[in-house]
Amino acid sequence: MAKVKLPFNPVLALLAALAALFFIFPLIGLIAGAPWGHVASVITSKTAVQALELSIIASLSSTAIAIVFGFPLAWLLARGRFPGKGVLRGLTTLPMVLPPVVGGIALLLAYGRKGFIGKPLESATGITLPFTLLGVIVAESFVAMPFFVITVESGLRSMNRRLEDAARSLGAGRRTVFTRVTLPLIWPSLAAGTVLTWARALGEFGATITFAGNLPGVTQTMPLAIYISQSSNMTDEAIALSLILVLVSLVVMIFRRDRSGAG
Amino acid sequence: MLQADIQLRLSRLDLDAAFTVASGEVVALLGPNGSGKSTILRALTGLLPLAGGRVVLDDTVLEDPAQGVMVQPEKRPIALMFQDYLLFPHMNAVENVAFGLRSRGTDKKTAREKASQTLARLDLSKVAEAKPGAMSGGQQQRVAMARALVTDPKLLLLDEPLAALDVSIKTSVRRLLRGVLSQSKAANILVTHDLLDAVALGDRMIVIENGAIVQTGTPGEVTARPRSSYVADLTGVNLLRGTAHGAVLELDGGGQIFCAGHATGPTLAVIAPAAVAVSRQRPEGRECNTWQGKVNAVDLMGDRVRVHIDGTPAITAEVPPAAVDQLKLDDGGDLWAFVEPAAITTYPQ
Repeated sequence: MAKVKLPFNPVLALLAALAALFFIFPLIGLIAGAPWGHVASVITSKTAVQALELSIIASLSSTAIAIVFGFPLAWLLARGRFPGKGVLRGLTTLPMVLPPVVGGIALLLAYGRKGFIGKPLESATGITLPFTLLGVIVAESFVAMPFFVITVESGLRSMNRRLEDAARSLGAGRRTVFTRVTLPLIWPSLAAGTVLTWARALGEFGATITFAGNLPGVTQTMPLAIYISQSSNMTDEAIALSLILVLVSLVVMIFRRDRSGAG
Repeated sequence: MLQADIQLRLSRLDLDAAFTVASGEVVALLGPNGSGKSTILRALTGLLPLAGGRVVLDDTVLEDPAQGVMVQPEKRPIALMFQDYLLFPHMNAVENVAFGLRSRGTDKKTAREKASQTLARLDLSKVAEAKPGAMSGGQQQRVAMARALVTDPKLLLLDEPLAALDVSIKTSVRRLLRGVLSQSKAANILVTHDLLDAVALGDRMIVIENGAIVQTGTPGEVTARPRSSYVADLTGVNLLRGTAHGAVLELDGGGQIFCAGHATGPTLAVIAPAAVAVSRQRPEGRECNTWQGKVNAVDLMGDRVRVHIDGTPAITAEVPPAAVDQLKLDDGGDLWAFVEPAAITTYPQ
């Protein structure tokens, strides 16, 4: 593609620089404020290791759930023709704009021990969600899955469906069309949706603490551990733990941009 | 051999067209935009299920709604080359061409070899590993052609194969396509709205308007004796409809003309624009086939000028450029038209 050389615009450049600095300064703050002397001991502490482990397990699980259940939902929203589709889309993507703490309360009322789903679920299977790892995964899925659904739906919508017609006219059955044409064509949306969902799940705080509580080693994920450290005047711990999350997120974002060739 | 009877009810069009195409024959399906040409192709592939009718290819019934027969698109030995090619953007040329073979069960190695050969035949070896986005429009067009040809279809459908091409390469690609079609053992249908494509590539023409066939015949027959104003416009002749009583043709839109031949009943008359003489004054000593109208438009066509005259009937005359100035055609106004009866060709509707 031809590179277009933009004329230099000082106002534009200044505003863009300010925007960039706005994001860079807090990172500098974290790095400069880090207790480098005992970062190693903090991040190898039991609390930190447990929280990181939980965060990774829960965020990956809810990302997997988002893919397994979110893809069919995205497909239905993109391709289905049925009344109330707009309402369905609105309801299933509501958590994107809903304050997570509200989501947490709503989850309690439905899937909590006294909830209208949670109660029969417990009496039938003995499974309870609040204050368990499963509850963390449910909370993270509730908040993060809409990002997957909406990204994949828009990918499905923007692809040229006539390419699927072309594939069928060339003798490809529905399954071959899906794996050889549809999936490769929406791959960028799938990848973006997966990363967004995972990142949102990793950072999830409000719904998790409301629905699953803050039990170290059981439901205390990294964001919860950071918040607890910060609010109990253990700022050094909070900063060190934050650095870990920054590092993990940064690695993923850079990896993704390289893979998708968008960088 | 294809025997098709296609009946479809669409929101903007009711389609009802029955025709046959012999194996090895090239039928040019000609018609204005929205007449249903591309829809017929989609229906033949099975991508658009029929409401009624039947599609039979080499004695195999592919579709017959009344009998509940519907062979899925992927099971039909048909290849369709789309107007906008629809190459898979994530595959290179070889993979695009091999796709149809792979889908139909050819192993990977054989499919790639056959695809490479087909690409080589169309002089595309140097873009074999390139993706569509990195190719010129002409190369994409030929890759699409290769993709359609490689599966050895029994029915080859080409939807406006030359329409998206640059004028500068159209002629060479048309020649290439003619070579390919002349060797084809399939029944071939070429959809076009370009008369030149239809004449150069088609063994037979089917003219379709508003979802119905209005004329079939060899390109020579169709162009010499058009049955629709669409074809008459393409060939640039005047087509008049009326009822003949001997040498007099009472025109449907009013007025009458005298013809050299004798006929009775509904008749069509073709008048070449060059056979229409014009003057500002009433031509002297001429009684028949002389009428007055208003200059509607003046167009330059190569080194000739066409004057469209609104009269009863409306008619187009061809005059030398000098006449524009001599007769002050640009000023509009009234103009007399005159046609020799011998210059009028008539044939029954």
